[in-house]
Amino acid sequence: MTVFLIVILSSFVFSLLLFGIGQKTFQRMTWFAALLPISLFIYFSSFAKSIMNGEVYNSFTSWVPSLGINLDFRLDNLALLFTLLITGVGSIVFLYTTQYLKGHPKLLRFYVFLSIFMGAMLGLVTSNNIITLFIFWELTSISSFFLISFNNTEAPSRKSAIIALTITGLGGLALLAFAVLAGQITGTLSIAEMLQSPEVFANHQYSVILMVFIFLAAFTKSAQFPFHFWLPGAMKAPTPVSTYLHSATMVKAGIYLLLRFTPHFQNNSYFFTTLLIVGAITMLYAAFQTLFKTDLKGILAYSTIGALGIMVFLIGIGTSASITAAIVFIVVHALYKASLFLVTGTIDHQAKTRDITKLSGLRKVLMPLAIAGLIAALSSGGFPPTVGFIGKDLIYEATLHGGLNPVLLTTMAVLTNILMVFAGLLVGVKPFAGKQNEDLGEIKKPHFFLWFMPMILAVLSLLFGLFPSMVEALFTHNITPLLTGEESPHLAIWHGFNLILLLSAITIISGIIIYFIWKPSHKKEGSMMKFEAISPKSLALKFSDLFQKLSYILTRTFQNGYLRRYVMVILVLLTLVFGIHVFINPRIFLSVKEIKALNWNEIVILAMMLVSILFTVFTKSRLTAIAGMGVLGYTMCLIFVFYGAPDLAMTQFSIDTLTVILFVLVLYRLPKYLKLSNRTNRVRDAIVAMSFGTFLAFTIIEIMNETPLKKTSEYYAENAYVLAKGKNVVNVILVDFRGFDTMIEIVVLAISAIGVFALLKLHLKKNEK
Amino acid sequence: MEILLAIMTGILYAAGIYLILRRSLVKLIIGIVILGNGVNLLIFLMGGLVKGNPPLILSEGKALEGLYADPVPQALILTAIVISFGLQSFAIVLIKRAYKVLKTDDIDTMNKTDDIT
Repeated sequence: MTVFLIVILSSFVFSLLLFGIGQKTFQRMTWFAALLPISLFIYFSSFAKSIMNGEVYNSFTSWVPSLGINLDFRLDNLALLFTLLITGVGSIVFLYTTQYLKGHPKLLRFYVFLSIFMGAMLGLVTSNNIITLFIFWELTSISSFFLISFNNTEAPSRKSAIIALTITGLGGLALLAFAVLAGQITGTLSIAEMLQSPEVFANHQYSVILMVFIFLAAFTKSAQFPFHFWLPGAMKAPTPVSTYLHSATMVKAGIYLLLRFTPHFQNNSYFFTTLLIVGAITMLYAAFQTLFKTDLKGILAYSTIGALGIMVFLIGIGTSASITAAIVFIVVHALYKASLFLVTGTIDHQAKTRDITKLSGLRKVLMPLAIAGLIAALSSGGFPPTVGFIGKDLIYEATLHGGLNPVLLTTMAVLTNILMVFAGLLVGVKPFAGKQNEDLGEIKKPHFFLWFMPMILAVLSLLFGLFPSMVEALFTHNITPLLTGEESPHLAIWHGFNLILLLSAITIISGIIIYFIWKPSHKKEGSMMKFEAISPKSLALKFSDLFQKLSYILTRTFQNGYLRRYVMVILVLLTLVFGIHVFINPRIFLSVKEIKALNWNEIVILAMMLVSILFTVFTKSRLTAIAGMGVLGYTMCLIFVFYGAPDLAMTQFSIDTLTVILFVLVLYRLPKYLKLSNRTNRVRDAIVAMSFGTFLAFTIIEIMNETPLKKTSEYYAENAYVLAKGKNVVNVILVDFRGFDTMIEIVVLAISAIGVFALLKLHLKKNEK
Repeated sequence: MEILLAIMTGILYAAGIYLILRRSLVKLIIGIVILGNGVNLLIFLMGGLVKGNPPLILSEGKALEGLYADPVPQALILTAIVISFGLQSFAIVLIKRAYKVLKTDDIDTMNKTDDIT
């Protein structure tokens, strides 16, 4: 069955199709783009019933079976939750954008990237093969990069996009490392099959490394402290993108990964403790930051980070109650946060500002939007009877029975939630309440879609709150046992008068009090900027600057633009390699007998060679140097003649003669032979050259003690005549056995000849120089 | 003789490298030529020295018999000599041209592309 593969690829095909339509036609039929998420939403909804009954759908297509990489998709209840979120919020965002970016010249591009993102995200949550999961993971990062930098003419957008890509890309590499390592140890790349070797994840020498990698991947993607800073920057993207990628879906990929691997790490307490600590720091830090933001999207960015922190924190508690709370909170957060983002988008679209200090009294113009904002804010704050209330109850339920230190955990959760109440009210209620700000000018009524889309999400928050059994049946009833092996607690809006209800009341009341007392202002925001210098963001940027400077220095040292330096670096390294080898492992055998066996003509050749070399190197005249070089070539000829290589001798003789003639021909057009280097440099170069020569000579002598392999030579010796009908074996090798090589060699020579000819005949006119 | 030729190869390398490290272009090219000779000698030595028996099949024979010089290194060197001629001739003409345009022979003053037209 390959149906999931087709479904997931359909998004990519669809994005190509959009390209085919073309910008102009597309502007008139933007609704067309929304067909994709809507039909996918319907498609995935059709599985809901059978998956609620505990069925799991698999779709397997082999891709690179030799490496164990297959297009292996698996739709279980956890995957279904995410596919419904992706396609559901996707449908709303696709429709909303048709009006939000109406007439934008790059609208088509926007939908192309959004479709690619959706396909990647669907692939991510349905992949059962960890390598394909990694591929889709990276695709979401890349499409996110293009969507953040959608306004690519603005420098801050581009910079934010690069920071986001760097951070999430680093996490992606960690995920790849995790995938490869886990695959190597367990012997399978299938996530479901990895469950069969739980000891690897619980108590293996590599389980710590596995944990580090999966944490890096999840924490960067889900914006956990100290990697959170890319998310506020990502708010440079158009609001629908922030809604969809940076709040509802993509940033939850890290959460998804952690949830997916919860069963694997079940017996590893370090896994859960780390999550608990990181989640707690993130949620408190981010919730605190919302107090000091004045940009609506800035507030939402930090409250999103806070919410992600709560999810990690809940997974970290590790009980069935806390996992259930995390799952419900994913739904709760997606609904209210997407709704708040879209409300913000509409405010920005109509009032042309997102500054919270300027916005007030908008309800008079944007009444339906105000209702949507209010419901979303209530859900965000956990007011009954919204689904947020149930979510918050479950969080307290989980922390109160959290094992380690219930009082501490509950206190942290309450503190975070109080600030979440505040943040929700600030975004969802503040712009609409009070007197209308006259400075904003006349505000037009928005298009139907611009208030109806957030309204759908808000109403869903309310609906799920009134009928919690829907959430339970759809998700928690199956997912909690899937991840923890235990039954999920029953979801209900009313548990009677107990401690949890009291905590809820305290949270809500404190949140409202803060909302009325604390007024965000630019001054307060400015006071927080003092700490900017030690924020993880500035530290990361400083580190990257330092890295650039370091690499600049390194490059300048090794590649300073002077040829000698390049040659020197290579030579010194090679000399070291040879030298170490010779010193560690000296295997030199010199026999006096061999030297005695020399006859006079050999001695003469060697002497001639030595003299010509010395002449060439030390002479002060160009002509002498060239003559010395020529003599050296002829002595090489003599060696070839004595040792059975007449062809070489002939070639060397003619080539050497030609080189010398060519040199002499251009010699008088050449500069005088000058001594350009000073004495120190000459001595240094001489030492390098001589030590290299010495070690090379040692190495050659050592190699000559080995018996050479003669198989190839024997083959040619036997077959030169039999196969190629030639009696000069060297010639037969060149023109027959290796004929093509020789032909290419001729081509090289021809190119060189053309080059020489061109350089000689090139006469530039004055003005061309 | 092998050992002496091995030492000679070392000397050729040293001389070639020393000249390549000079600042004069002419010396650079002479250095490359000498280094090329060193490389050829090295390959030749690796095949083993055989005196006076070239790899030629006798007129009545069908294959090389008895002691013969290794044909493979010879084929390699033959190629190397010819190719290095291509390199050298091009380099010689190039430095002539470079000197004509830049009026200098000093490599150290040639590390900017801006001045070259």
